Amino acid sequence: MSGCQNRQGGNPGIRDGRQLSNAARAAEMAARASYGRLLAFLSVRTSDIAQAEDALADAFAKALDHWPENGVPRNPDAWLLTVARNRLTDVQRRQTRFPTEHELPDMPEEESSGREFPDQRLALMMVCAHPAIAADLHPPLMLQTVLGLDAKHIARLYLMSPAALSKRLVRAKTKIRDAGIPFKIPDREVLPERSTSVLEAIYGLHAHDWLDPADTLGEEALYLSDLLCKLLPDSAEVLGLSALIAFSHARVNARIVEGILVPTDEQNTNLWNDGLINYGKRQLSRAYRLEEVGRFQIEAAIEAVHIERKQSGETDWEALNKLYHAYLTKVPTAGGLVAQAAITGRLHGAEAGLAAIEAIEETVGPAFQPFWAVRADLYARSGRNNEAVACYEKAISLATDLPTIEFLKQRRIAVLPN
Amino acid sequence: MRYTFLLYTDPADLAHMTAEDWEAEKEVYGAYIGALQEAGVFVDTDWLQPVQTATTLSLKAGAKEIQDGPFADTKETLGGYFVVDVLDLDAAMVWAEKCPAAKTGKVEIRASAMGGN
Repeated sequence: MSGCQNRQGGNPGIRDGRQLSNAARAAEMAARASYGRLLAFLSVRTSDIAQAEDALADAFAKALDHWPENGVPRNPDAWLLTVARNRLTDVQRRQTRFPTEHELPDMPEEESSGREFPDQRLALMMVCAHPAIAADLHPPLMLQTVLGLDAKHIARLYLMSPAALSKRLVRAKTKIRDAGIPFKIPDREVLPERSTSVLEAIYGLHAHDWLDPADTLGEEALYLSDLLCKLLPDSAEVLGLSALIAFSHARVNARIVEGILVPTDEQNTNLWNDGLINYGKRQLSRAYRLEEVGRFQIEAAIEAVHIERKQSGETDWEALNKLYHAYLTKVPTAGGLVAQAAITGRLHGAEAGLAAIEAIEETVGPAFQPFWAVRADLYARSGRNNEAVACYEKAISLATDLPTIEFLKQRRIAVLPN
Repeated sequence: MRYTFLLYTDPADLAHMTAEDWEAEKEVYGAYIGALQEAGVFVDTDWLQPVQTATTLSLKAGAKEIQDGPFADTKETLGGYFVVDVLDLDAAMVWAEKCPAAKTGKVEIRASAMGGN
């Protein structure tokens, strides 16, 4: 599987390949944009995602037959839409459901051939991340419907049984149809809560990286968060999330070098992507201006401080400390607690850092790998090498991806006595 | 320390799987095995034929008893196992969580009673 190849130690060939294929990637993304828009439009009309998917698949198959012979139509999307809609009308007539006209209002040919149809992907995203659908299905549903990724491919990315995932996705779509989950933008009072669950699903894509240091899903997350910014332009958290994902994705080529994980503050900043950095900065300043602070915006600001090292040459630990403090009041995650203890170590010395990390031991639990890695680092900085080695060994035992394991092993060797 | 992961899944979930589905399934498990091997914790694994092919044998009552089928009828059945060699239960749990079977069924983690490391 591709994730497995990627992790064979950050093969530089693979990364070069990724860069060379930017044009192909752009074409793929453009195709995705029309797929998502078409599917959203059809789904909103029928409230039945599976039926809309079948109709659209049928339309794409017909296009493959027709276009090579007769040429690509002037407006390919409108062509596909008309074929898919005709197909839906046929299906619904055959189902003898009544009445069909109300569900599928006729759209005259001339209208469909020229005019743009509305972008209803936000409604589709809201359905995919609806609270009545199991939260772990939100990201795969979005990948499948908004981006048109194949269920088998998604299963591989998540290392899940493809048959089991397909079955769950089918069930979810049946529930969406039969339970009457509405295909519309929620009302003002529930909109923030509902968009939060869309944001969390996209964040989930971004945070998913096991066996995939190349951050394949990062690009999908970036695409979706950028799309969400266009659909919900006045939400500070949406902008914050897109900034966060852009900054994080900007560092993807620096994250693993020769198969070994490189911590953010040691990464070669020349490998960071300036285009994404500038995009992230723009999004973050737009978020600031809305004067509404949320977790994603703070996380993006934390990333921005790291990114600043590219200009200043050093990491501003004081700024990070303040931001983590603010972050932890919003979301007291184990990762955030451990990061702050590490920062305490940088600001006030290893002993202070050790006191801070010991204070959170019970909260984060004994099986949290970053806790042991940071503790080991603090012991190493304080010169207690035996304790450092023991903590590195515990951290190695809890690490499940090769670049992290190699990084921890390297650090462990560095502090071994003799 | 050695741990065995016993993978329990509902056979109904595996019904109607096509050859292509099985290939995809093998690929996912292959990736998991690859990760275990790269981390140096992999010992052994096997994927078992479905439970209706089981034969259960016992001499407990004195005479040999042979039963056509599993010893207990349960909704979720033993479908395979992994043996890993890791530091402790914390590490075993981290790996069990990554096992594809955990997402669709249950993974029972049992420490080896044979001692040693």
